[in-house]
Amino acid sequence: MSKQSTAIPKAQSQFGAVWRQFRVHRGAVFGLVVLGILAGFVIFGPLFWPEVKLKVAEALKVKNQGPSMRFPLGTDQLGRDMMVRMMAAGKVSLAVGFVAMIIAIFVGTSIGVLAGYFKRLDGPLMRLTDLFLSLPLIPLLLVMVMLFRDKVASIMGPELGAFLLIVFAIGITSWMQAARIVRGEVLALKEREYVLAARSIGAPARRVILRHILPNVVSPVMVAATLGVAEAIITESVLSFLGLGFPPDFPTWGRLLFDGLQYLQLYPERVIWPGLAISLTVLSVNYIGDGLRDALDPRTRGR
Amino acid sequence: MKLKSALLGAACAFAMAPAAFAERGTDGEVKLTFPQAVSIMNPYLSSGTKDIYASSMVIEPLAGYDDAGTLIPKLVSEIPSFENGGISEDLTTITWKLLPGLMWADGSALTAADVVFTGQYCMDPAGGCAQLSKFDGIASIEAVDDLSVKITFTAPKPNPFNAFVGSTSPILQKAQFEACLGAAAPTCTDQNSMPIGTGPFKVTAFTVNDTVSMEANANYRDPAKPAFASAVIKGGGDAEGSARAVMETGEFDYAWNTQIPPDSQAAMAAAGKGQFVVAFGTLVERLEMNMTDPSADLPEGERSTAKHPHPFLTDINVRTALSMAIDRQILTEVGYGAGGAPTCNVVPAPAMYASDNTACLTQDIEGAKALLESSGWVDSDGDGIREKDGKKLSILYQSTVNPIRQDFQALIKDWWSEIGVETELKAIDPSVFFGGDAGSPDTFQKFYADVEMYANNFDGTDPEAYLTQYKCDKAPSPENQWQGENMNRFCDPAYDAMVSELSGTRDAAKRAELAKKLNDMVTKDSRIVVPLVHRGTLSAHSNALGGVKINAWDTELWNVADWFRVK
Repeated sequence: MSKQSTAIPKAQSQFGAVWRQFRVHRGAVFGLVVLGILAGFVIFGPLFWPEVKLKVAEALKVKNQGPSMRFPLGTDQLGRDMMVRMMAAGKVSLAVGFVAMIIAIFVGTSIGVLAGYFKRLDGPLMRLTDLFLSLPLIPLLLVMVMLFRDKVASIMGPELGAFLLIVFAIGITSWMQAARIVRGEVLALKEREYVLAARSIGAPARRVILRHILPNVVSPVMVAATLGVAEAIITESVLSFLGLGFPPDFPTWGRLLFDGLQYLQLYPERVIWPGLAISLTVLSVNYIGDGLRDALDPRTRGR
Repeated sequence: MKLKSALLGAACAFAMAPAAFAERGTDGEVKLTFPQAVSIMNPYLSSGTKDIYASSMVIEPLAGYDDAGTLIPKLVSEIPSFENGGISEDLTTITWKLLPGLMWADGSALTAADVVFTGQYCMDPAGGCAQLSKFDGIASIEAVDDLSVKITFTAPKPNPFNAFVGSTSPILQKAQFEACLGAAAPTCTDQNSMPIGTGPFKVTAFTVNDTVSMEANANYRDPAKPAFASAVIKGGGDAEGSARAVMETGEFDYAWNTQIPPDSQAAMAAAGKGQFVVAFGTLVERLEMNMTDPSADLPEGERSTAKHPHPFLTDINVRTALSMAIDRQILTEVGYGAGGAPTCNVVPAPAMYASDNTACLTQDIEGAKALLESSGWVDSDGDGIREKDGKKLSILYQSTVNPIRQDFQALIKDWWSEIGVETELKAIDPSVFFGGDAGSPDTFQKFYADVEMYANNFDGTDPEAYLTQYKCDKAPSPENQWQGENMNRFCDPAYDAMVSELSGTRDAAKRAELAKKLNDMVTKDSRIVVPLVHRGTLSAHSNALGGVKINAWDTELWNVADWFRVK
């Protein structure tokens, strides 16, 4: 009896358990499907819907068209296919969202764990977090982009340079929530019996953190991460809106939205497509986060 | 006797005032919105049109231009001429006679000393005055008596109406600006944001890059004007928002520079709350080619300066090919509709100064390719970009954040990629781009790019001062705090000599001929400037605002004193 319930088979089925729990959450499944469709659209879409390069004069003849067989999402004011632009833009927006989130979570979790686990680091690291929290985000981003854009662009090329700079800037300014949440969790966890037990048999800090603490803070981190994706996509839109994001010919959902804004009355679909894509991404990612939290938390699992 | 007549005059004015059909300050507040926020109220320290227009409500020049382009006196009793003896026979002096009894907004008297001081202020070599070209060729400015100012030129000056004429060179109050000469000029924040003037309004509050609040000037020379008790200029936002605020929501009475796409114009006008007004002046949307190397690898202070010539734009064949690849007709249709016309000239108007230079109007992609090919620019490594001696034709093309300009950028990038030129686009916030802040890397004067696109014009009807902008010594550089209008850093002694010749020519026909030649030298002969579209300035005013006369030759707010509320 006690032999059957050893940890090993359970650990193997952990993913299965999480998945089973996750499936119960309808919103999360819906979110996953929508996000999958969006990701498929931007990654594989261009394979099925290659860009037809028109000459300027030809393109202008088909400008401002509504949805049709030839242009399923219509064309913009220069006769460019909105479908192609949406796919190219989505690739950038989703990449920015996820990469910025990964940076933020990595920095946030590291700082949170270090601050929570090592008492001596707690004070300085948390004051650093407070410092970052008190910085006004947008002006800081603007200054960073203005100061470093040229330098990074000259090394990496304009597009990759802008991507790295924006992703880094967003990541480095949005890790603070995660750090605080993680620190709180770690403070509670490190007093738990199994951690004390591990320490008492002489396990080094690195091992305790990696084996016993990190797996238990995954669920709050997941939630922070999903919220972070949404935030990063929106922040990138803000930067593009202010002319400090990507170069103007480099479409992102935020920029398409901005470009379409002046045609809001005449051609509302120009705003609706990118707006819908941003909203759906944010919504589905939030739902997935919600579902993941439920699924990953052992206390709610199976309930 | 004098006192008596003065008192009598005052009494008369008092008695007449109620009889006048309009009275000062009876029409409430007039609200203006500028898509580019006002950053300074002193046109001598900014070449941004927004700043010049806003300050024109407060500080005035001696004379200005009306909506037909005719000189009109503002602070003087008449326009000097040979007939009235104001201009000397040898064309070397001009004497302005100030209106007697003129008062500054603070109640002190305006005298010739103020005019002399303003000249000193702008011509101070350490000052980096943005309007220095207006004062070109002046030997001295002296006060003959309290009400007359004599300007002496170094050489005969057939067009002496540069200094103190038009909204770009208004009179500053000596008492207020005395401590702001030379290098101290930009540090006088209070003076620069709240200048004391003679105009119909005076500044009551100024928030940099946001709002200017003004009230009627109690000492304005016409006791019945302005009809509005106060005025507000709210800056920022975009052309679209400004137009909407006037044409659809009615929040504002007047919006300057509502440059929006043709189909949106029609839709907004249909709302019936306001109207668009277009004035075809001298505004030309153009590409400026940088003759110096803007590379970020160069140390700060040497970037985009004459020390380092541009790696490939110094080759005229490259510039010509870039110009040939552009279809100006399409640009005009996409961007401006009826509000623009394709052009090849920097000086597109008035008609007598406009060169018959129309060769650039037809696009010639094949010709451009052949030209690059024959001058050694070939794509040898097969990446679609031409190169020669290891230099790639790769261009950073900057402009302001503006939907039409972004469309232009996209189209031009397309054409350039067809002829094998790689283009990187950059869009900068207009308040920064035109802000003239020497500390920002993104201003149009610093020009840290290979090609930049914006629109520029000249006020008044004479292009001399405007053409002077392309002289060697007008190039912005660290030495003059990046002030100056020769963005291209173009330098041709023959051009400079011809500008001097123009200043010395009196005969109108000969002047026109010289002006055309100068125009051709910077456009079709050298392609330093690549004009794209001759633009009308599009502004919008509410139907509830009366008296607006759009003016292409001076500030659009030239007759703001006459504006009234339609009841």
